[in-house]
Amino acid sequence: MRRINADKHNLRKRDSQDTIQGRMFDSKEIFGWNGKAVDHIIIPEKDRDKTPILEIKGLGIDFGGLTAVDEFTISVGRTEIAGLIGPNGAGKTTVFNLLTKVYQPTRGTFFFDGEDTAGMTTEQICHKGIARTFQNIRLFDNLTVEENIMVAMNERFEYGFFGSLIHGPKYRREEKAAREAAHQYLSIFNMQGMAKYKAGALPYGAQRRLEILRALATGPKVLLLDEPAAGMNPKETADLMENIRKIRDEFQIAIILIEHDMSLVMNVCETIGVLNFGRVIAKGTPDEIQSNPEVIEAYLGKKKEVK
Amino acid sequence: MRKNGKLVLSPYKKNEITAYLVVVLFFGIMASLKATGVLSRSLSGQLIPIAAYMIMAVSLNLVVGISGELSLGHAGFMSVGAFTGIITSLYLAQAGAPTVVRFVVATLAGGVAAGIVGFVIAIPVLRLRGDYLAIVTLAFGEIIRNILNVVYVGLDRNGLHFATTSDIALLEGGSMILKGPMGAITNEEISTLLEGFILVVVALFLAQNMLNSRTGRAIMAIRDNRIAAESIGLSVTKYKMIAFVVSAVLAGFAGVLFGLNFSSLAPVKFGFNQSILILVFIVLGGIGNIWGGVISAGVLTILPEALRQFSDYRMLVYAVVLIIVMLVTNNKSVGTFMSGLKGKLTSRKKEGGDDSEKN
Ligand SMILES: Nc1ncnc2c1ncn2[C@@H]1O[C@H](COP(=O)(O)OP(=O)(O)O)[C@@H](O)[C@H]1O
Ligand SMILES: [Mg+2]
Repeated sequence: MRRINADKHNLRKRDSQDTIQGRMFDSKEIFGWNGKAVDHIIIPEKDRDKTPILEIKGLGIDFGGLTAVDEFTISVGRTEIAGLIGPNGAGKTTVFNLLTKVYQPTRGTFFFDGEDTAGMTTEQICHKGIARTFQNIRLFDNLTVEENIMVAMNERFEYGFFGSLIHGPKYRREEKAAREAAHQYLSIFNMQGMAKYKAGALPYGAQRRLEILRALATGPKVLLLDEPAAGMNPKETADLMENIRKIRDEFQIAIILIEHDMSLVMNVCETIGVLNFGRVIAKGTPDEIQSNPEVIEAYLGKKKEVK
Repeated sequence: MRKNGKLVLSPYKKNEITAYLVVVLFFGIMASLKATGVLSRSLSGQLIPIAAYMIMAVSLNLVVGISGELSLGHAGFMSVGAFTGIITSLYLAQAGAPTVVRFVVATLAGGVAAGIVGFVIAIPVLRLRGDYLAIVTLAFGEIIRNILNVVYVGLDRNGLHFATTSDIALLEGGSMILKGPMGAITNEEISTLLEGFILVVVALFLAQNMLNSRTGRAIMAIRDNRIAAESIGLSVTKYKMIAFVVSAVLAGFAGVLFGLNFSSLAPVKFGFNQSILILVFIVLGGIGNIWGGVISAGVLTILPEALRQFSDYRMLVYAVVLIIVMLVTNNKSVGTFMSGLKGKLTSRKKEGGDDSEKN
């Protein structure tokens, strides 16, 4: 059984003072995989770190005259699985685009791990530790499955431009370890057998899963999943949700999930934010959300397909 | 890589080995044909330019195929390499350096000069995308050529003298080595076939290695999906710049090899037509297919010479061979066209795969 040691996960240069050179890529280190069963580290609610990983304060953005998101204020705990729901066009994807700095906010800001992110770029925010998937799949179609993951580990490599041209011992050592690590990531969804396929040739569901793994391979502290189950069949969806929980448990990261299927969100999420016309109209536990009259009217009441 | 006692090669390794094999075979056969006198004079005179075009094909493929940006000005980088190489070579000749040393130093100088020009041009160019980028590279190619048209360089005992007009006062025994639009007229042909072969192998080695590394993966990821590439923390500017500059350096190498093969060389040789010719090589070799571009550079340069015996039908045969080259190298657009044709002929329709709802 695979066990992933969460503390060993964030091995990127920026926060790994104690990483021994050359062992950076040892996938055993990354995953704490040693063949022995190690219990999942699940931090109970009450023991959670008091500083939230995300503190979003009054975030808002206008597109021309349209206010897509307004007064978005939410905090997310370090190992929380949070759901973000709301009708189509409510502004959920736009929130993700704000959190990953695809858009700069018109108003407000958010703090990541206590640090104000105002003015950061997409690239910087990823290095800080926010990774995402996309509602419309965006894979590197002409790279293989394993390359899609290895390219996400780019920051963890130590060999530089000349190593790329000459392929010295450092190159060989790191590439080998990176490939092994990529296969470890693939094992989360049992996708090792697909490692050598072009990503663009994968079936739809596998593409969605690969996108999650690619995001995970950047070593994030917050993982943003935009409708990860879209287009999947019920069996695939159930497996995915189970795995999302497992990813959180093993990597000890926060996950924010946009999802349309209510029952799904209710099952896997510990807290849920409900967005309507760009504003948060409710945040609470699944039970609280289900009994909130405003939510029922704005979302549940109107949507007949809610399961 | 060894698996179950059997040697298993990754697809990269296979492609790499094919590329080297093709190059070794090509130059091996050509050199022996030349030595035995079977090769016509005009054809054997093409061998070094072919090597230069092969390097150009590798170079342009890095930008067009790997980085995904259309460049229409690559002959410009080639010319910077060529004239830097010529100046370096003649300067070293005066200092009494042996030809091999002159060639090696000239190659390095030409590569560096082209790399610097590539870097400077890339700063504005990489801010653009798609067609705009292509048009601006075309413009820069022409700008380089026009600048070279007013570069006059003289060489005497005091060293090199640069000017924008022809009146340079040279000491006795000195001579002009670059004369504006006339270019280099007193050049010495020091490129050898062996040097050309080695440079092609070096270019292939550097390009293939780069592709098969974190740098190459990042460049191709940005090409495939820029937004996703940014989301995983890749610096788009940095990696596009790397591809562009490495490409320019390789074009500089090619330019030196090319330039040092002729006794006279004018900037007009490196115009838009030359850039398009190189583009044709890589399009026919399959965009992004490094060794396909190398083969097609060789075949398409030899072909017009080899076809002289067909006289009137020369261009017809040329066109037929172009099509065969495209088919052999699995050109994507041809593949699509052929399968479409097949579908029409058999009028049997099959439903597409599962990637229909991808967007
Ligand atoms: N780049 C943009 N320019 C203009 N309008 C946009 C842009 N991105 C999103 N919007 C608008 O913002 C609103 C919220 O969109 P979105 O966040 O995609 O909704 P959701 O993901 O909740 O379905 C929509 O009305 C959409 O048209
Ligand atoms: Mg959306």
